[in-house]
Amino acid sequence: MQSTDFANPIHVAALVRQIHAKSTRPLTLMEVCGGQTHAILRYGIDQLLPPELRIVHGPGCPVCVTPAETIDRAIEIASKPGVIFCTFGDMLRVPGSQTDRNRNDLMQAKSRGADVRVIHSPLDAIRIALAESQNTTPGTPKRHVVLFAIGFETTAPATAMAIRMAKELALVSFSALVCHVLVPPALEAIFDDADHGIDGLLAAGHVCTIAGDGPYHRIAKEFKLPIAITGFEPVDLLRGILNLVEQLESKPSSHRVDNLYEHIATADGNLQAQRTVESVFAVCDQQWRGIGPIPRSGLKLQPQYASFDASTLFPPVKLACEQPSCCRAADVLRGKIRPIECPAFGTLCTPSQPLGAPMVSNEGACAAYFLYQSLSDKSLSKTPTPIEKLAPRASPIGPALLRITPRKPSPCPMVPVADSRPNSSRRFSLKTTQAPSSWPVAIALCSIGRAKTAWPSLPTRLSCNP
Amino acid sequence: MIFPGGDIGKLSVYGTVNDLAVQGAEPVALTMAWVLEEGFPIEELAKLACSVGKAAAECSIRVVAGDTKVVERGRAHGCYIATTGIGRVKPSVNLSPHAIRSGDCILISGPIGDHGMAIMSQRAGLVFDPPLYSDAAPLHRMTLELIAKVPGLRCMRDPTRGGIAASLNELANACGLCFEIQEACLPVRPQVHSACDLLGLDPWIVANEGKLIAIVPPESVEISLQILRSHSIGSLAAQIGTVQDLYRGLVIARTLYGTQRIVPMPAGELLPRIC
Ligand code: SF4
Repeated sequence: MQSTDFANPIHVAALVRQIHAKSTRPLTLMEVCGGQTHAILRYGIDQLLPPELRIVHGPGCPVCVTPAETIDRAIEIASKPGVIFCTFGDMLRVPGSQTDRNRNDLMQAKSRGADVRVIHSPLDAIRIALAESQNTTPGTPKRHVVLFAIGFETTAPATAMAIRMAKELALVSFSALVCHVLVPPALEAIFDDADHGIDGLLAAGHVCTIAGDGPYHRIAKEFKLPIAITGFEPVDLLRGILNLVEQLESKPSSHRVDNLYEHIATADGNLQAQRTVESVFAVCDQQWRGIGPIPRSGLKLQPQYASFDASTLFPPVKLACEQPSCCRAADVLRGKIRPIECPAFGTLCTPSQPLGAPMVSNEGACAAYFLYQSLSDKSLSKTPTPIEKLAPRASPIGPALLRITPRKPSPCPMVPVADSRPNSSRRFSLKTTQAPSSWPVAIALCSIGRAKTAWPSLPTRLSCNP
Repeated sequence: MIFPGGDIGKLSVYGTVNDLAVQGAEPVALTMAWVLEEGFPIEELAKLACSVGKAAAECSIRVVAGDTKVVERGRAHGCYIATTGIGRVKPSVNLSPHAIRSGDCILISGPIGDHGMAIMSQRAGLVFDPPLYSDAAPLHRMTLELIAKVPGLRCMRDPTRGGIAASLNELANACGLCFEIQEACLPVRPQVHSACDLLGLDPWIVANEGKLIAIVPPESVEISLQILRSHSIGSLAAQIGTVQDLYRGLVIARTLYGTQRIVPMPAGELLPRIC
C-alpha cells in the first residue's frame, strides 16, 4: 500500500516521538468523527501513543445517533406500497426498536419487497423522483420517492440543495424524512456532565470546513478544554494529538482552538453552504440515540418546505421502543468507555448480529473496534510499540521481497470470535454421485455458494465460489 | 451488467475458469444457465452471448451445454448466469490449505480491489484519471505454469467476493496458522485507495476478479514471482506476507507504522459510508 504525505511513516514516527517526549501525565482525548475513529484503529495509531494517553470516541457517527423511533418510521414508510425509499448504505442494517430481528431494519424491509435504494448523494433521490414523475407508461402508477436525510453539518447542505431543487422542479412525489444533527450542541451536552473526564477534543475538520470554528471557541472557553481541528489521515491525527498534549502540558495549561486542518477549513466555514442550509432548515430540539434529547441540536424543514416533510405526509404508527439492556452505546457515545469495555462486545454483539447502532454502522465506534481489533485489546492492556520499531518508509508497489524479523511467540490473548462469522464451508452442501476413480476431475459451480474445497474420501474435487 | 473493463458474460466464464484454475485444474468445458427477466433487450443478450464466446475462446474452454429460462418482469434484475465448469487435474497435483506450513510465503499476483472499486465508483459517479478498470482475467495459464514449475506449491486462491480478507481468513482457518501481511508490500492502485477512502471502504474486502493468492515455501518465492511477473496480468506480483504459528487461524495486518491489527472475515454486503 502506498503512502501519501499525510500517511508517511517518517512523519508519523517523528510526531510519535514528540508526543512521547512531551506527555508526562494520564490524559483522555476525545474525537468526534467516524472517519477519525476508523483511521485511528485501522492504522493502530492508539498503539503508537504513550500508555497513559487514552483516546475515546464521542458521538461521531450520525447513523449511530439516529433515534430508534426514526428508524422505525423509516421502515414503516419504506414498507408502504408505491414508495421508493432512498437511503445511504450504512442505514440499511441499523436496528430499530423492535425485538423481532427479522423486521427490525431497512435491509429486512427490502428483502420483504420494499423498494429501498442505496444512494450516494441526496441529489440521486431527486433524479429518481424526476424519472418517476416523467414516467408516462400506461398502467404504472407514479411512485413517491422518500429521501432518508441523515448526517451532520457536512451532509445537510446537500440535503438542502435536494429539497430546494425539488421545490424548483415542483416535484409532488418527493419528500424527505429529516434527521440531521449538529455536533457542537451534543458536545456541550457531554461536557455539561461534571465528571465527563475528557481533557481535550479533536474536532472534525470537515465539519468545520462547512460550519466554521465559531462554536468550538465557545466550547473551549466555557469548558476550559483545548481543541484541535484536524483531519483523518495518520499525520493529521497525530498533529492534533500533539497539539492537545502541548496545550495540556504547558504551564499554565492553555485551552485554545487550533486549526490544524488549515489547508481546507477556514474560520468562517463555507458561507454559501451555511446560507443554503439556513434557507431550508430551522434549528430544533433533537433526540439522540444513546444520549437523549439535546436542545437546539437538530434541523427541521422551514415552513415553506413543509410539503416535503415525510414525517407529516406519512402519519406515524405508535411503536413501543426498547433498547437491549446490555448495550452500553450511551457510555460509548459519551466517551465513558471504549467499545471493548462493553461486556457484549464481540460475543453477543457483532456486526452480523448487532445489539446497538454503534456496532452496525460502518462509522460506528464498536464496528471499528470489531473490524480493526488489535492483538492487545482483549486484555485491555496497551504495550507501547518502541519507536525504533516503526517500519521504515513504505516500499513501492511490486518489488519487495520481505524480510520479516521473527517475533517472540506469545499466546494469543484473543477469545476467538469465529462463531459469529459466516462459515463459508457450511453455507450449502452439494449432493454428488461418485465419479469413476480413474477420472480425476474438478468441478466448479459459480454464483451459488461455496462448498468444501477438498473431499478426501472421493477422487472428485468439488468447489464452488460465489 | 456492463462495467468498466468487462460484462457479466465474460465474468461468468472467467469466474468458472479461475475456480478451476486455483484447484490445479486445466479448464475443459462449461455449461451455463441463463435466467432472463421478461423484457430484457435482445441486443444486450446478444452482446453478452458474444462476450461469453470470446472469453471461452480466449480460455480454450468449450461451452458444451446451456439453458435459458425467462421469468416474469420484476422477478430478476435483468439477467442471471449460473455456470458449471469441468477441468482436468493431473493425478500428481495436490494443492490444499492443509499443506501450508509455518514459514511459508504469501504472494499476490497484482494490485487488489480493482474490480470492486471499478463497479462501485461507476455507481457512485466517480471518475478517475487514469480510469479504473476491472481486473477480470483468466488465471489458468499462470496457475498451470506455477504448478508445473514451482516445487512445493502449497495452495492457491482467487480472492473474489470478500476480497483478500475473506480468502486469507479462509486459508488461515483451514490450516490453523497465522498469516501476517505487511501492508507496506500490499499493492493497491492509487485510484482504488482514493475511491475506498471516499466511500469509506477497505481495499482488503473489495472484490477482485483476476488476482491470485499463492502460498509457497520460502525457497520457491523467487521462481514463483518470476513466473507471475512473466504474465501481463501478474506484472505487479509481490510477496505480501508470511505464515507463522504464533496465533491460531488469524490474519494479522502489520501497518505502515509497525502496529498490528487483526483482519476479520468480512460480514454482509459492502455498504458505502455516508461521509
Ligand atoms: S458493543 Fe454492541 S452492545 Fe456494546 S455498546 Fe457497542 S453496540 Fe452496544
